[in-house]
Amino acid sequence: MNMPLTSRFSTNILQFFGIMTLAAGAVCLLLFMLDLSPTSIAGAMAAGSFTSWLKFSQILSIWVPLLLCSCGLLFTFQAGLWNIGIEGQVVMGAIGATILLRLPEGVLPPTITIILSLITACIGGGLWGIFAGVLKNRGGVNEIFGGLGLNFVAQGIILYLIFGPWKRDGIASMSGTDIFSRELWLTTPTGWRVAPAALGLGIFIFLLSWFLLNRTRFGLRVKAVGINARAAQLFHIKPERYGLMAILVGGAMAGLAGGLQVTGVYHRLIPAVSSGYGYLGLLVVMLANYKALPVPLIALFFAWLAAGSIQLPIMLQIDSSLSGVIQGACVLSALLVHGLRKKKGAR
Amino acid sequence: MEISIAVLLAGIAATAAPLVLAALGETLSEKAGVINLSLDGTILLSAMTGFAIAAKYDSIAAGFAAAAGTGMLVALVLAIISIWLGQSQVAVGFALTFLCRDLAYFLGAPFARIPGPQLSGLPIPLLADLPFFGPILFNHSIIVYSSFIAIPLLWWFMYHTPQGLIMRCAGENPEGCWAHGIRPRVVQTIYTLAGGALVGLAGAAFSLATKPGWGRPQGCEGVGWIALALVIFGGWHPLRVAFGAYLFGFLQMLGILLQDSFPAIPAQIFQVAPFPLMIFTLVLVHLGRNSKGNKLFLLRLLSGTPPGGLGKNYRPS
Repeated sequence: MNMPLTSRFSTNILQFFGIMTLAAGAVCLLLFMLDLSPTSIAGAMAAGSFTSWLKFSQILSIWVPLLLCSCGLLFTFQAGLWNIGIEGQVVMGAIGATILLRLPEGVLPPTITIILSLITACIGGGLWGIFAGVLKNRGGVNEIFGGLGLNFVAQGIILYLIFGPWKRDGIASMSGTDIFSRELWLTTPTGWRVAPAALGLGIFIFLLSWFLLNRTRFGLRVKAVGINARAAQLFHIKPERYGLMAILVGGAMAGLAGGLQVTGVYHRLIPAVSSGYGYLGLLVVMLANYKALPVPLIALFFAWLAAGSIQLPIMLQIDSSLSGVIQGACVLSALLVHGLRKKKGAR
Repeated sequence: MEISIAVLLAGIAATAAPLVLAALGETLSEKAGVINLSLDGTILLSAMTGFAIAAKYDSIAAGFAAAAGTGMLVALVLAIISIWLGQSQVAVGFALTFLCRDLAYFLGAPFARIPGPQLSGLPIPLLADLPFFGPILFNHSIIVYSSFIAIPLLWWFMYHTPQGLIMRCAGENPEGCWAHGIRPRVVQTIYTLAGGALVGLAGAAFSLATKPGWGRPQGCEGVGWIALALVIFGGWHPLRVAFGAYLFGFLQMLGILLQDSFPAIPAQIFQVAPFPLMIFTLVLVHLGRNSKGNKLFLLRLLSGTPPGGLGKNYRPS
């Protein structure tokens, strides 16, 4: 902690490269054992992603929800909570947005509808987060299991809605509800795969999160609760209240991600609306060592992996889950390197 | 649909067998003080290796052995990074969950939807012909018998042997353990590995018996989380945990049965419904237990407290 700033920075960079080398080494070893060439796989995944705007904007369309989820998770992690219920919060956000987007035409002007739908998305996600928080505070249910249970419940609700009240004319199917009318889509210019408004919102939320966590009393109190709840109590900070506020903010951001997926990407409600971005966000924040600044870059890297792996089955007949393997290997390497460093420091 | 109670109970015993094994495995490692959160991924990865090895070498036994080995290997990674290097058990377990899941899909792709060996039934002579109890208890495959035997065996081991006492001590009070000249981290590592082996067997029980074959999805996704929840709400007691596993098996069977009676409701609802139902039953039990005053007998039976050192990495001073 007393190290000069530059030296701490370079240690962190060094550590980051150590983690990446370890993860890359492990994955390459696995690929060699399977007689696959890492270079051709990397080539296939990278093809065009940084030269063609279309491809890059596709990566950005994954980056936005991932960034939003990760920002939300920063709050809960800082408060010492494991918000595994984030998937359910994304789903409830998507449902919250769909309620408004399904209003009969002409009730509200389209732009107002979209804005309000994003607000209801935040409310949906936030309430679902609060639910897990209350289960923990009042019921003594660990947030990991309360959250997991609520994930299953959210999945049940979305399936019920898609197959029940909101089913398509004629046949209900896994492909989702009817597509919304075009005025209710977030504007996406031709040649883009991501709505500029969603992109702007993602960046804004990240800056807001950084500011709230590092420059406000609220952020400081959340961190105090996370580091030592009992000590925080002595300073008249109620750990339960700040934990609940953190999970409310985190849930709202996850809900916003769900709302943007509905109005900006799928233009309808689908059962797999969360696409696992919530869980992936947990991995992003863990790899960022629970700090805000590295989150956008790591989220971009993970989004690139996810987008690139879609090509693998077509180009090389390799299963697309390779991207998940790489992401998992990175996080595990990070834990290993941090652990080794801690061990060295303890001696 | 006409269905006898004996057939229903036999079905529950068979479908719940992998869950019983997984939940008991987790009980073992949590009693020793280590949370192995990677269950969902471990089950998938060991289901894949179990099926792949069994299909490749045409040997069911080799499949089960490989699956148990896989479970132990994942548990070893967890033990090294958390117990010995001091990282959060929950964090390592969560990362492992997703790494193992994707590794299973990635490595298992060549084995997806190919025919493979399957564990056949092994009725126990004479006993299987007993009325009522015969079909429920004695007309199953060997893995179901193992799940039956594992429950009392584990209970006996934990509460009636010196080794079981040491194991519980490492989970309850590692400092006290250390003071008595027992190295808690070694004990914890041993039982994390043993628990991992049981979880691995559960994986193979899926891919070689309950839901034979490998694919994406395999069909056992999500079960690991249920097993984790069962341990907590079952109060870390092997008998109650096993009871919870059978309750979940009952809910799953009920879903299959009701599906035919209500064709208007989509099948997906019945497939997902047992998961939230189970969690909510467990939460209700938990809430009932916490409220002071008149405790029902059933709730008192189900209450338990976590091991004192659960989830904390012990560092000898």
